[in-house]
Amino acid sequence: MISLSASETVASPAATPTARVPAIQVQDVHLTYRTSLQKNPTLKSAIVRLGRRERVIREVRALQGVSFDVPHGKVMGVIGSNGAGKSTLMRTVAGILPPTSGRIEVNGRVSTLLALGVGFNSALSGKENVTLGGLAAGLTRAEIREKYEEITAFAELEDFMDMPMRTYSSGMYSRLAFAVAVHMDPDILIIDEALSAGDAHFKKKASDKMAELVSKARTMLVVSHALGTIKELCDEAIWLHKGQLIGRGRPDDMISAYTRFLQVGEDALTLEDF
Amino acid sequence: MTAARSTAAQDEYLGEHHVYEPHRAGLPPLVPYYREVWRRRGFAFELARTTMHAANTDTVFGQLWLVINPLLLSGVYYLLTDILGGGTHPKNFFATLTSGLFLYYYITGCMSAGATSVTQGGRLILNTSFPKMLLTMSTSYTAFRRYLPTLLVYGVIHVIVIKTITWHALWMIPVLLIATLMGQGLANLFSTLQVYFRDTASFLPYVIRIWLYVSPVLWVIPGRHDHSTKLQTAVIHYGWVNPLFGPLAVQGQALVAGEAPNIRFVLYGLVWAVGLFVVGSLVFMSRERDFAVRL
Repeated sequence: MISLSASETVASPAATPTARVPAIQVQDVHLTYRTSLQKNPTLKSAIVRLGRRERVIREVRALQGVSFDVPHGKVMGVIGSNGAGKSTLMRTVAGILPPTSGRIEVNGRVSTLLALGVGFNSALSGKENVTLGGLAAGLTRAEIREKYEEITAFAELEDFMDMPMRTYSSGMYSRLAFAVAVHMDPDILIIDEALSAGDAHFKKKASDKMAELVSKARTMLVVSHALGTIKELCDEAIWLHKGQLIGRGRPDDMISAYTRFLQVGEDALTLEDF
Repeated sequence: MTAARSTAAQDEYLGEHHVYEPHRAGLPPLVPYYREVWRRRGFAFELARTTMHAANTDTVFGQLWLVINPLLLSGVYYLLTDILGGGTHPKNFFATLTSGLFLYYYITGCMSAGATSVTQGGRLILNTSFPKMLLTMSTSYTAFRRYLPTLLVYGVIHVIVIKTITWHALWMIPVLLIATLMGQGLANLFSTLQVYFRDTASFLPYVIRIWLYVSPVLWVIPGRHDHSTKLQTAVIHYGWVNPLFGPLAVQGQALVAGEAPNIRFVLYGLVWAVGLFVVGSLVFMSRERDFAVRL
């Protein structure tokens, strides 16, 4: 049984004086936010609750003193149960959620594939959504034009790009999201539970693309419940539990420790992969 | 240490080196924030363009709706005021009504479209680090693009009804600036409120309707030499309470009546516009961090 403390965290390999500045440095990051327990909070229900003196606001301590770094060209896996703070950590590193305390330094162009991906406006076409996503991410129109053909070809959606995204299947959504994320020439790719995009053919393609990015020494931060993916793809892994960093080390060791902790073991179910 | 923190904080949105630290007083570093808003302005313009295109593509009249809508709107309200007023109207009433309606719907259009801009941008907000104010700026730009054809419609009405135009019409430039600042401030304020209370946008049509009645759109501010009733005098005296009173009154005097506007009305509009923009923007930026966990 592994003790739930951050004291077992392995020292950073990049901390030696000769090492380059890491691609990602996370230093004692805490992230606390307040959120409503209601799915759709309304003014009407707020007034009713005020009369009843009820509170539905909950403070969530999503990250508690998390520190680690990822050297350039390394793939870091993040494992942990549901609600461990993995997605919050990804969003914090991507700059979407500023920390409550601590510091995060990221060196390089970041591309994110955080669960939902592109396609925020389903009334617009795939092409328009790709352009808008790129512009929001800070790319120029010329850069987007340059990558557009590659993206559509990779996603195999050439015939659908002018159609509204509301007509897309969930698989088509995922394929486009994955294609956009990996074709943005990222120095650092942040992926959260998105490796199961599309059908078996596309999964193989996605897997090959990931391997290609790894071979080009791109830095990656990968969250996945598919422990096989973490084992195969990552150089190192961290284990989060209830917002705390429990351990860091070789993926095999972390997965063993994590599965032992879960009392499941490395069975076929948890090792399911693309 | 303080200097180092300050430099680091300024890196948040810039270049290939990013430093993310807690926001002071809940606000991101303002100079890099607005610099990044400017750098990514193409997103706001493109979102406005594609949204307008998608809204009218499948209709018979397409983009012509941008002209048909205001014409129908002014016709309906003219009929309404005609019935209520027993067929009598002040001089140049149709021109006053149309110009007032168009400016009024520009400002409140920024507000109502802006209110849902953040909640509708869910996927993008959850996936991408960017200044979220671009979303409200995009809806304000959409409202402006919808307002432009109404200026053309008003131009035709002005030529038919009033026939002449004076140099005082140039006051429309500051009026438009005031209206834009005001609209953006209201969009920022109500989009933030919508994140916390999802029925805000449902209340807005009623707020907008009442606001229309207390603003000088369906009724006319008496000219300098016109006789005014006690009620009209009181409404003008307390006009400063209504943010929309200033720009609408200045427009009525300068554009329709062709006379120099009351500087007091210009100041009302300016103070409200700057106030709403500053307060709306600060509220928006201070709560922006919450958007990704509340959507």
